[in-house]
Amino acid sequence: MAKLILDGAIVDNQWQRLDADALANGLPDGKVIVPLDYWQSHRQALLERTDVGVCLEPGEEPRDLVDDLEALPLVAIHFPAFKDGRGYSYARELRTRFGFKGEVRAVGDVLRDQLFYMQRCGFNAFEVRADRNIEEALSGLKDFSVTYQGDVNDPRPLYRRA
Amino acid sequence: MYVYQEYDQQLLEERVAQYRDQTRRYLAGELSEDEFLALRLQNGLYIQRYAPMLRISVPYGLLASRQLRRLAHIVRTYDKGFCHVSTRQNIQLNWPAVEEVPDILAELADVQMHAIQTSGNCIRNITTDEYAGVNPREIEDPRPWCEIIRQWSTFNPEFAYLPRKFKIAVNAVADADPALIGVHDIGVQLVHGANGETGFQVWAGGGLGRTPMTGAVIGEFVPWQHLLAYLEAILRVYNKYGNRDNKYKARIKILVKALGADKYRELVEAEFAELKDGPMTLTAEEVDRVKACFTDPDYRTVDTAEVDAKLASDKAFSRWYHTNTRAHKQAGYRAVTLTLKKTGRVPGDITDEELEAVADLADQFSFGELRNSHQQNMVLSDVPADQLYALWQQLDALGFATPNLGLLTDIVCCPGGDLCALANAKSIPVAESIQRRFDDMDYVHDLGALDLNISGCMNACGHHHIGHIGILGVDKKGKEFYQVTLGGRGDKVSLVGEKMGPSFEADEITDVVEKIIHLYVEKRLENEPFIDTYERIGMAPFKERVYG
Ligand code: SF4
Repeated sequence: MAKLILDGAIVDNQWQRLDADALANGLPDGKVIVPLDYWQSHRQALLERTDVGVCLEPGEEPRDLVDDLEALPLVAIHFPAFKDGRGYSYARELRTRFGFKGEVRAVGDVLRDQLFYMQRCGFNAFEVRADRNIEEALSGLKDFSVTYQGDVNDPRPLYRRA
Repeated sequence: MYVYQEYDQQLLEERVAQYRDQTRRYLAGELSEDEFLALRLQNGLYIQRYAPMLRISVPYGLLASRQLRRLAHIVRTYDKGFCHVSTRQNIQLNWPAVEEVPDILAELADVQMHAIQTSGNCIRNITTDEYAGVNPREIEDPRPWCEIIRQWSTFNPEFAYLPRKFKIAVNAVADADPALIGVHDIGVQLVHGANGETGFQVWAGGGLGRTPMTGAVIGEFVPWQHLLAYLEAILRVYNKYGNRDNKYKARIKILVKALGADKYRELVEAEFAELKDGPMTLTAEEVDRVKACFTDPDYRTVDTAEVDAKLASDKAFSRWYHTNTRAHKQAGYRAVTLTLKKTGRVPGDITDEELEAVADLADQFSFGELRNSHQQNMVLSDVPADQLYALWQQLDALGFATPNLGLLTDIVCCPGGDLCALANAKSIPVAESIQRRFDDMDYVHDLGALDLNISGCMNACGHHHIGHIGILGVDKKGKEFYQVTLGGRGDKVSLVGEKMGPSFEADEITDVVEKIIHLYVEKRLENEPFIDTYERIGMAPFKERVYG
């Protein structure tokens, strides 16, 4: 089973992420992550289940899910390229604006050198790109011990901590 | 100057370790070119025409003498013995080796310097007036606010992968724009409210480069406590909605223009409403802590009788004094600019030995501090008048006393085609040719205030759009051409100049400048500076003279 980083540890990936093509044959059992438009068009039925998460693409914002966040166990945010930084703002909004408590998972072009930032913005799960060493990537979460700004894990900026 | 706490130092050291490891992984083939590209750019490392270029951050242009000495050591040890002052008050090395950059960073970290976010699609160095803190016209010292913004922007996790680079400048002068806030992604103008309380008028959407434009006022009055929350709101809107498909449309200016300032403001206000009064709110303690780093040095009473006598008797000294020194908020003191624009010197370039000499001068004459200016000069900000004559003699010997500050030959010029991989044309030889043509200092003085700026390409590092005369290198079928703009301003206001017409070949451009100057001399009213004449008579007569 593929691995991912969850809450600072390497664990088995329990979730299957499916795109529109894969879903054309219907929704399988078990933990699945579906695209936003699939979620929206099957919302009523999917809300019956507790093992369906939604994946946001760049341009699809957390507010598109605002009524469902209470019910959702997981929101994935897709980085088609690591340089597309919209997902950082989305994660932050999920956590601080909408108070989302479930798993926020980074998927796609997820690499060691961005993990520290991602974690600070509210991601707690990372599907590190398959061709990279996940153990090595794990250390990216500890690049810095000092931060100036507040973040999702501690909203206080340095000048309010002390 | 900001005094590093243990945590500031710790952060720099962790950064050096992080970057060292990134470089190691790149050299070991564990990081692709593209992945390392983003990482090294966030650290100011470009791969240039002949070698890499490393841009070292100089927060709001401020340097201590020990930092200058360290820079001297670095350019001697790791480079070819010189560096370059950039138009964003930073320092650039032109020939470092990729493998040695981690060592350079470690050397910098020892003296509280770094290259964090000096390039890449993130928040860049915060810039301000080179006379900040001593300018008699400012309403308050902008440097503490620059530092507060610097800390907020440093490794800000949400804004490391913006659609495009992002530049913030802070201005504290009411009736002029020495920090060029009008042409920054965000411009922060210090203002005082009805009861004298500090606040900020916040501009957004200005910028040079392709599609140059001045910004719009987004926040009319942001109380000081909420400065960071307001900036964060502007950035979040930009991060979410800025164009990411086309790099030429990715700057915030394009988004502000497309949405309109009103719509942009509406989006910002919605974000701001949530952040306001939250944990980002600045505390008086923090602001006071930072302000305490920028208190006045030990000014003394200065007897100016002797210098007044020298001014009356020594013409060369007097010319330098009136051209290269500026009024100071403290009686008896002057701010002295070292012009790095002597003909034959690449504008803004300085050698290791000169850096050391300047460090000594800073210690001897100006409390050990120095500033880089966005006009690629250096400033000793606190010189007692009774020391000016001695300083002038030393500067003259070093070649830093050319009395041309703010005049035609004080040319602002990017490295251009001689060094920069992005260039369409060379810029340094153009600057030199113009300086040689106008080698009569009396004539240059008679012409008065004149900003001439040259960029080697559209990226506008030489700020050509805001030169009274701007020259832009363009490429036409593999040949170097130059386009001229007139009427730009980066003085009282920031204003983008107007294109004159078809471009010129390299061997024509100096003649063109001369024609423009001649027409100005014919048309000017008494004591009328170039830019006023241009604004009075318009483009047409200049065009006619040059193309007619
Ligand atoms: S303006 Fe162009 S040529 Fe000049 S330094 Fe910038 S990128 Fe290079």
